[in-house]
Amino acid sequence: MTCPAALGVLLAAGLLLGRPALAQTGPPLPARDLRVEDKPLDAGRALKISFRRAEGDIAGGASGVARYELRRMSPGDTGFVALRSFSPLEHTEAFGTDDVGLSPSRGYLYSVRTYQATGDYADTEPVGPVSPRRQWFYTNKVNTLVAVILFCGLVIAFIQAARRGRSLFIRRIAGLDAIDEAVGRCTEMGRPTLYIPGISTISDVATIASLNILGQVAKKIASYQARILVPNRDPIVYPVTQDVVKQGFLEAGYPDQYREEDVYYVTNDQFAYAAAVAGTMVREKPGANLLLGMFYAESLVLAETGASVGAIQIAGTDAISQLPFFVTACDYTIIGEELYAASSYISREPTLLGSLKGQDIYKLICIILIVLGVLAMTIGAIAQGEPFRWVNEMLRVRGTGG
Amino acid sequence: MKLQIPLLICAIAGIFMAVQYFIPAALPLYERVNDYLQIVFAFSIVLGVASVVHRHGGRLVRRKKDWVYSSLIIFGMLLMLLAGFIGGRGPGTLFQHLFNAVLLPVQATMFALLAFYMASAAFRSFRTRSLDATLLLVAAVFVMVGRLDDFKSLYIPDIARWILDGPNLVSKRAILLGVGLGMASTALKVVLGIERSYLGSGKE
Repeated sequence: MTCPAALGVLLAAGLLLGRPALAQTGPPLPARDLRVEDKPLDAGRALKISFRRAEGDIAGGASGVARYELRRMSPGDTGFVALRSFSPLEHTEAFGTDDVGLSPSRGYLYSVRTYQATGDYADTEPVGPVSPRRQWFYTNKVNTLVAVILFCGLVIAFIQAARRGRSLFIRRIAGLDAIDEAVGRCTEMGRPTLYIPGISTISDVATIASLNILGQVAKKIASYQARILVPNRDPIVYPVTQDVVKQGFLEAGYPDQYREEDVYYVTNDQFAYAAAVAGTMVREKPGANLLLGMFYAESLVLAETGASVGAIQIAGTDAISQLPFFVTACDYTIIGEELYAASSYISREPTLLGSLKGQDIYKLICIILIVLGVLAMTIGAIAQGEPFRWVNEMLRVRGTGG
Repeated sequence: MKLQIPLLICAIAGIFMAVQYFIPAALPLYERVNDYLQIVFAFSIVLGVASVVHRHGGRLVRRKKDWVYSSLIIFGMLLMLLAGFIGGRGPGTLFQHLFNAVLLPVQATMFALLAFYMASAAFRSFRTRSLDATLLLVAAVFVMVGRLDDFKSLYIPDIARWILDGPNLVSKRAILLGVGLGMASTALKVVLGIERSYLGSGKE
């Protein structure tokens, strides 16, 4: 035998000797420490299950265990049913999973079966019955609750202050001031105003904000005895816009000027809607286009077509990715929160203006907290050990589901 | 009553949606309410179709301006309806063929038009008429050229990344903060019944 070959044999022998038992002889051993507990902060539909490897089975090694199988017996079942398998090749000492889709307050039994390559198996002692429990409060959302209460308190306090007659200063918003100008221009030119309430659903707050503005705009247009066109993309938004415009004409004292066919449903398809509205712009040549609400990729198609027909364009959205398109293609752009302020701004109703003031004060609190948070984290990082980590925890917002 | 009942429904639904965010046990009810929304949507589609038929059918019958377009819409809608009802919607059916051979390419064409619209919008906004437009032009040039590896030695990709991760991200977050508060404030006004414009009027 040559020297390298001898070395190879020695190395292989060493590896074999150094490895744990390749194939376990004798009966298989069950998994260890099977634990089943209620999953915290949920609606009582899940249990957390964990267990450790069988004696002698090492993470990533080959000990003869082919797989671990988690099994469950639900109330009413006559035997255990396999839920899922775990590979012994996973580099972990303990396995864990969440069993979801369970019913609250019903008892479930669990067992883990260890299969060997030979087909032999061993079961753990059944654990349970364990019942998932409903929780009644996300304890990790206390900070959000405090913030919500503070925000609501501020808004309501300023609304009350406005009702008592306190004068509130609201800065000028050029895009909203221009609505009057745009509607007036349409009337002078004898052209209709095209109002696009976005392409989102009624559950989108931007759509609701747009409908609030539509109410005010429709009243103004009706008072000039002009025409408004409202093409809709969402079938739920459509009857609402119809009612809003109708009511606007009624309140302005010109119910007979309202034309039902001017507020219409187009299609639910995004680009078909864009094509139809662009066609309307080209054919009807509106004097003003008001694009207010939630927009996606069709925003530029609409805004550029509107610009090409020479209409005065006022756009407003809270979709950050669409704002640059509106800024470049429209005469005025209502950016983000201005869209939500628009209804209050146009109506000048004190109670609505009060809410804007409350919102501004809360924003100031947010800015102060952000500055404090940045300072605390920076000092913590410099001091090493991050002594202000609790600040980070305090300011963390958790989404739905905890 | 005409105003009070919608306001009450809105207040109850709004308060529930806010409260469920803090109560894990309310999740099943929240999911159920979302299911109801699907049902409402299905019914509202009928309203939408009725509107399309009323608007375009009326134009077609009275031979109003642009009635040819209306006839195309009615024809397309009827064709898809018949194809779906008669031949089904599975693979290889006329419905699928019409969808794949007509609707999808038309949609793709509309989407592709965006490239041209972008070019014309960029041309308008990059004309250096003011300091803002100049800044926009300079930033855009850095970001676009920064995509190319050829300019690595001039640190242009680094400058582009700084523009995106620094000033751009900060502005985005500032807008987002305002949007979040605006949304919350609007929702609160609607729930409390202070904001009623969406109901058509603020009065009984």
